[in-house]
Amino acid sequence: MDTLFYYSGFYLSLIMFLPLYRAIFGPTVVDRLIGVNAIGSKTTVLLILIGLIYGRVDMFVDIALAYALLNFIAVLAASRYFHKKKGLYEESAD
Amino acid sequence: MNILVILLLFGGLFFFTGGSIGILRFPDFYTRLHPAGKLDTAGQFLTMSAISLYIMQDFTLHTFLTATKIVLIVIFVYLTSPTATHAIMDAGVRAGLKPWTKAGRHDLAD
Amino acid sequence: MDKDYHTSFGNNLSPRNPSKLSRPKRFNITFIISFLILFALWIIFSGRFDGFHITLGLISSAIVAAFSGDLMFTSRNARSIFLLWLRMTTYIPWLLYQIFLANLHVMYLVLHPRMMELINPKIIQFDSRLKSEYSRMVFANSITLTPGTITVNVNALGRFSVHCIDDPSGQPLPGKMEEKIAHVFKE
Repeated sequence: MDTLFYYSGFYLSLIMFLPLYRAIFGPTVVDRLIGVNAIGSKTTVLLILIGLIYGRVDMFVDIALAYALLNFIAVLAASRYFHKKKGLYEESAD
Repeated sequence: MNILVILLLFGGLFFFTGGSIGILRFPDFYTRLHPAGKLDTAGQFLTMSAISLYIMQDFTLHTFLTATKIVLIVIFVYLTSPTATHAIMDAGVRAGLKPWTKAGRHDLAD
Repeated sequence: MDKDYHTSFGNNLSPRNPSKLSRPKRFNITFIISFLILFALWIIFSGRFDGFHITLGLISSAIVAAFSGDLMFTSRNARSIFLLWLRMTTYIPWLLYQIFLANLHVMYLVLHPRMMELINPKIIQFDSRLKSEYSRMVFANSITLTPGTITVNVNALGRFSVHCIDDPSGQPLPGKMEEKIAHVFKE
């Protein structure tokens, strides 16, 4: 069972590269915000999986809860901040 | 019991995969919000319930409290994810981003 | 602290008669319910049962409940709060089932090879018959939680703007979900 958790954590961290692409190359700022939000929601699960692997779930659950809180607050603050800058990030190209 | 845990875990990882691929594939950021906000929430729900079931197998007060904390994280995510999604959507609308439509890029909804 | 803090800050939705305003309602039912919820959360999250931690939890939950006890409730009647939550517990499993179905639909869209032909994103608008702010909030959050539809805006008259990703996910709105919420809130 531990091997299964190990490999699913590994798979989860591999999957995190797809939103990372969106967070780095996203055409607009809000696209990057979506990427960061998706990475954060995966990290919450990954933290608990790490806790299972190390056998310290009770400690890592608190860290995961704090991370979920931080993810939410960060997305709210960033979107409240960026919506003032009108016209700064119109999509380029066509 | 272990089979249920494995099924839930794989279901959650499947939804996470779908969410990540959807973020890459969809054409504009309004449509990208759909997989990003919702499929990830479903993935969290399934994986977290799998982990809390696995923890609850040797039942003591300590493991029960830990499993309850995990359930509370899921409830918290389900309460906050619509707000976060709406905040991102609102930022895009106020910035004047045009939604992608099939007919042409630049016709807003009537 | 001022003695009619709760009455001055209380819910503005239902006008109470002015004779009650003079009586200080310090330990009203909303305070007690939110205190109990907060204290249960404290016990779960701390996980220690010695006297010191319990005392800290009692003090801090009392402070938080005194400040924000009436944010969660639309009514001051214990019976109506209880009945509302009871009806809410019948609504939430249905909502989870709908979320699961819609998740599968969005998964199908994401993994479909010819995805660009299937999706048809657009913003639809409709008038809701829900009156109170609380029920509109629940409705908007339910729409956003269901994949395929995201609430863009709700104005003061109850007009919803919903971004939906394709035709089948946008069609059943407002429909059955609004009926269920109207049943929960007795509107």
